[in-house]
Amino acid sequence: MLEPYLYSAPALLLITVTTLVPIVIGISYAFRSVMLLDPTSGGFVGLDNFRDLMNDASFWNALRNTVTWTASCVAFQFVFGLILALMLNRPFPGRSIIQPIVFLPWAIPTFLIGMNWSWLLNPAIGPLPHWAYALGLMSTPGNILSDPDYALLGPVIAGIWWGMPFFAITLLAALQSIPREIYEAAEIDGASSFERFRSITLPFLAPTMVVTVMLRTIWVANSPELIVVMTKGGPADASQIVASYVFTQAYQGLNFGYASAIATALVVLLLIYALLLLSIRQMMLRAR
Amino acid sequence: MRGSLRSRTIKWTLHYAVLLIYVVAALFPLYWLVKVSITPNDILYKQGTDLLPSRFSLEHYATVVGKSDFLLFFRNSIIVSGVTAIASTLLATASGYAFSRFVFRGKFWIVGLMLVTQMFPLVIVITPIFSIFGVLGLTNSLTGLIIIYTAFNIPFATFLMQSFFDGIPKELEEAAMIDGATRFKALVQIVAPLTLPGIVATVGFCFTGAWGEILFALLLNSSASTSTFPVGLLLYSTRATVEFGPMMAAGVLALLPVCVFFFLIQRYLVQGLTAGAVKG
Repeated sequence: MLEPYLYSAPALLLITVTTLVPIVIGISYAFRSVMLLDPTSGGFVGLDNFRDLMNDASFWNALRNTVTWTASCVAFQFVFGLILALMLNRPFPGRSIIQPIVFLPWAIPTFLIGMNWSWLLNPAIGPLPHWAYALGLMSTPGNILSDPDYALLGPVIAGIWWGMPFFAITLLAALQSIPREIYEAAEIDGASSFERFRSITLPFLAPTMVVTVMLRTIWVANSPELIVVMTKGGPADASQIVASYVFTQAYQGLNFGYASAIATALVVLLLIYALLLLSIRQMMLRAR
Repeated sequence: MRGSLRSRTIKWTLHYAVLLIYVVAALFPLYWLVKVSITPNDILYKQGTDLLPSRFSLEHYATVVGKSDFLLFFRNSIIVSGVTAIASTLLATASGYAFSRFVFRGKFWIVGLMLVTQMFPLVIVITPIFSIFGVLGLTNSLTGLIIIYTAFNIPFATFLMQSFFDGIPKELEEAAMIDGATRFKALVQIVAPLTLPGIVATVGFCFTGAWGEILFALLLNSSASTSTFPVGLLLYSTRATVEFGPMMAAGVLALLPVCVFFFLIQRYLVQGLTAGAVKG
């Protein structure tokens, strides 16, 4: 059985050389004291960085925020994306114009998205706080990005806006791959549209759903860009997530060893999550 | 009959109403991008909350096109994103197919390793990558960016392609192989056309992923001749103040190729299968 290796070898070779080796080096920093700009640093310190991590209140706070940030971003992106994919799945007049428009946010660099939403949410120069005030959602047209209780909400809104098309596109592509004949047969058998959704659409969509939710969770948990651009993790760490904390430790604290220890802890948590989802997927595939 | 016609009308009205919400939600922040880009500097902040500025001007666009290297950045971005999209999709189609159709030794570990590459924050791995690429002469080079983007795109593209292949019954290519076709021929001629919407979606993701990436583009390539446009955007904000006008103008210009790209691929995204199914 050489075939599967032949098909996957080119991809594996590239990944090993360009990403796995650097990751191993990156993880090795976690066991050393690596300070940028300090050439004498680099000595082996064992588990010291991880011991510090256990007692670092900022880390635990960032971990809590990571869960809130990731869960709210991914859940809303998924639900809105699924609804959109189901609506775009059948032909209707105007679909070819509407579809590219609703997918557009995905194509915008996150840095620009962060800038744009900071502008929209700033009451001095943006309209959104004034509208929220007029609707009674806010007691005064303030800036949620500088409010410790709501600072994370700004990047979450921007993140949902940006990532919703991801689910819409992947789920639409999966929907389009369901053979039409199955629906026709079900219709002849008198299945209602809800029954067809439950017994045909959902099982066919499930493998794609699990994979996209898993990858999206990993990416969202891992991407500090929107938060770094919009709130810099503040005010006073109120919107700091683990990924942005790694960024701060590495480039402001210049403490690469500690930053790498935080990153390694995040990877371990994400791995556990991914293994859980993958075994669920395996169970679903077997049940089919 | 009359009743079903009425319920049908209600259904489609609702359909379009919900889609309208999506379109407005997608377009409003984009409209703001355009609005800021055509507002002259002197009223940019004064009329910041107004839906329409009292005067328009294209001065920011003139700044971007005339006084910076943006056209060069665009060219670089299109080359990098285009080649990355094609290369990652080809490699991922092959590996995704292997994951979907075969049970083989080491598969569990390969999947695990691919996942880990997506989990490690880039901030930490960028230093080792920079050293390795420096030795190989791949810093300050578009090839270097293409290689690293392709490597980071492949795991995701592979899982995506695998999930699309999982949706295609194995019996299809088995029948072709009984008729004497090799597995590779069956993949290219029978399975791939059926997954065309998935392949197109994957191309689209890899393209946009590379299009907006900023961290590698910034840290691996320091020369202007190999910069991509997101790095160009950053040039407007690292100074003491943020020059929102030119930045947004450059952002709007950068959207144009992506719009064209989306319009080009979207018919394959929803029509790929119908064409294949008729033939089958």
